[in-house]
Amino acid sequence: MDRPKVDFDFKVTKLPMGPACEAGQLHDVSSGMRTFRPVIDQEKCVHCLRCFLVCPDGAIDKSEPQLEIDYDYCKGCGVCKRACKVGAISMILEVEA
Amino acid sequence: MSEKLFVSGDEAVALAAKAAKPHVIAAYPITPQTIIVERLSDYVEDGSLNAQYMYVESEHSAMAACIGASAIGARTFTATSSQGLLYMVEGLPYASGSRFPIVMANANRSIAAPWSIYNDQRDSLSQLECGWIQFYVESAQEAYDMVIQAYKVGEDPDVMLPVMVNLDGFVLTHTYELVQTADQEKVDAFIPYQKFANRMDLDNPMSTSITAGPPFNMEFRHQQHVATVNAEKKIEEVDKAFGEVFGRTYGGMIEAYKCEDAEVILVTLGSVAGTTRCVVDELRAEGKKVGLLKIRCMCPFPAAKIVDVLKNAKAVGVLEKDITFGYEGVVYTEVNSAMKKAGLEIPTSNYVGGLGGRSIYKTDIENMFNELLTGTAVNGGVEFVNLRRDI
Amino acid sequence: MALNARTITNKEYFYGHKACPGCGAALAMRLALKVTGERTIALIPPNCMSTVAFIYPNMPLFTNGMVTEFASTGSTMSGVLAGAKALGLKDYHIVGFAGDGGTVDIGMASLSGMIDRNDKCIYICYDNEAYMNTGVQKSGVTPYGMKTTNTPSGKNVHGSQTSKKRMFEIVAAHGIPYAATASLGYPEDYMAKVEKAMNTDGASYIHVLAPCPTGWGTDTDMTIDIGKEAVDCGLWYLAEYENGEYKLNRNPKEFTPVEDYLKKQSRFPNLDEHDIERIVRERDEFWARVRRDWVK
Repeated sequence: MDRPKVDFDFKVTKLPMGPACEAGQLHDVSSGMRTFRPVIDQEKCVHCLRCFLVCPDGAIDKSEPQLEIDYDYCKGCGVCKRACKVGAISMILEVEA
Repeated sequence: MSEKLFVSGDEAVALAAKAAKPHVIAAYPITPQTIIVERLSDYVEDGSLNAQYMYVESEHSAMAACIGASAIGARTFTATSSQGLLYMVEGLPYASGSRFPIVMANANRSIAAPWSIYNDQRDSLSQLECGWIQFYVESAQEAYDMVIQAYKVGEDPDVMLPVMVNLDGFVLTHTYELVQTADQEKVDAFIPYQKFANRMDLDNPMSTSITAGPPFNMEFRHQQHVATVNAEKKIEEVDKAFGEVFGRTYGGMIEAYKCEDAEVILVTLGSVAGTTRCVVDELRAEGKKVGLLKIRCMCPFPAAKIVDVLKNAKAVGVLEKDITFGYEGVVYTEVNSAMKKAGLEIPTSNYVGGLGGRSIYKTDIENMFNELLTGTAVNGGVEFVNLRRDI
Repeated sequence: MALNARTITNKEYFYGHKACPGCGAALAMRLALKVTGERTIALIPPNCMSTVAFIYPNMPLFTNGMVTEFASTGSTMSGVLAGAKALGLKDYHIVGFAGDGGTVDIGMASLSGMIDRNDKCIYICYDNEAYMNTGVQKSGVTPYGMKTTNTPSGKNVHGSQTSKKRMFEIVAAHGIPYAATASLGYPEDYMAKVEKAMNTDGASYIHVLAPCPTGWGTDTDMTIDIGKEAVDCGLWYLAEYENGEYKLNRNPKEFTPVEDYLKKQSRFPNLDEHDIERIVRERDEFWARVRRDWVK
């Protein structure tokens, strides 16, 4: 999956000179914000890519033949489910996932 | 080529800024600094200064533009005064906290209300905590020289802080004197462009001026504090190096004039140090043992150096053009604090003068020295100099 | 090449941030960055986006970026541009992502200055119709009748009592080379406008309606739908100002009912028939004017 990865082991060992930081580094995930998680029924998916387009977090990756959801950073908002015109996405309770 | 020119303080600042070759100039006009802004636009127009000269809609935007330009690695220059300085106050700790070595000339002018375009030092002295290194100059020549020194101090990798060069409004900005300009090649060698650490870079993207929460904020502050302390040494080094290259030095963070055996010392800053110098000479000719301690840098505060000069005096006066209403002048507070910590039990007096452009005459300074010599000065208190008593 | 889900890059430049689920502003920033690409320099004043994305050492922005002062998105962008020009940098896009409060209120002067200087920068105002980062307070583009924490809606006063500032027209009145309104309900239209702004030789401005589930009181999955309905019921509009001319991109023959739009969001409680009548009247007056003036 072509999505940035979290680095949980990162520790600040030396402060940068001034409040600046190398761009693009993630040390935490967003999965804890989820109550529901989206699941794609790949049989139903027609690969219109609308869910990929409208995800506020960019958690749907279109690089592979089948769409993949990055569950580290999906917040379970459900925008993808509503965007899907063929009903290929369902939202299931995170606790049951 | 070095020239001797008959110029005003503002013009001298503009010449120095031109010599420093900033990449970006963003300055908003305000009396009595306007001539700096105007001259710089002339230099850009005639091609002698190759800078991006920005017309900005306010001082707040002027500082924001300098912050943006510095963030991408450009050398910047701006200038302001009084109300304008206050309008950009949000940007001052923004620049110093972000470690952007912006250089700014501030024409010291009184702040409203009531309105005044005339000189006092309340504007910059109200900003001693903003994290900018602050110089106070006595002459147009010193203003010229300090703008160049400011880049060398501020851009030093161990410092990397913005620098404010303060010159008294009208008293210095609009009066004329002979100023020796610096040879351009020597300036180029003295302050070459550097690649600043942690700037936005198209090949190595950075996030800058970011948030630091409770786990890290204090550490960034401590780092800034250490850098400001580092600046003390750099200021002395740069002043000495400037002397070696350009032939003029000013003593570093302070200048002690005839203080070695002085019984009474007047501490002051800015152009009035020049008047005081003349009075010291005249009183010395009469056999009075008086001295002048000129503070050149208010941040970082040269506490140890000041204490070292004052330690043998019998009385000390602090003459300044500001007051913390209801209490005393801030320079007095800082000098007293330094003396107390060093265990100096010397009577001190605060002379608050020059507010809103009120002149400080040689006779006023003579009176200060005489009061201090005869022990009739207000001990530990404030005296307003040359205040009208009839209204 | 049309910008759509198929053609737009898979690469993410704004990823892993802590915005609310369903955040419109995050989507606006995400899609814009896909258009402007990896050599973007992003300037973001204090707002939700800078708050969720720049807390040391977690950096969800993958291009160069800087948090600016609140009032100075426009002037900081201009400063970066001046610095970049002076340093001889090439192939970059300077983009600002300011919220509505940071644009139409406190950020007006510096935006105006940026346009006046015709600095080649793209200013994107994501409009969620209130100061959301501080907990939903009224801004200059808070619509009539909206409940905010400092324009509460109760028995005596029904929320905000002023109408949206005509920010797009204020910007256009400067004679800016390119300005546009957009909505996340029409994401392809928005991306195409970002691309046009990017290719403008001078200043450009995009005002994109970015629904906020938290502040609007909509379910987190409604962001795109409610953004579309705002346009379809006529309370928002898709237009451009280019080469000195206004152009309506979408001129619906009929509008969907305003009341349906309002009732879907809990930020419009207590509106009575007078309130609705005013909202509808103002909408109709606006459309009568722009149909007269903006349509050839």
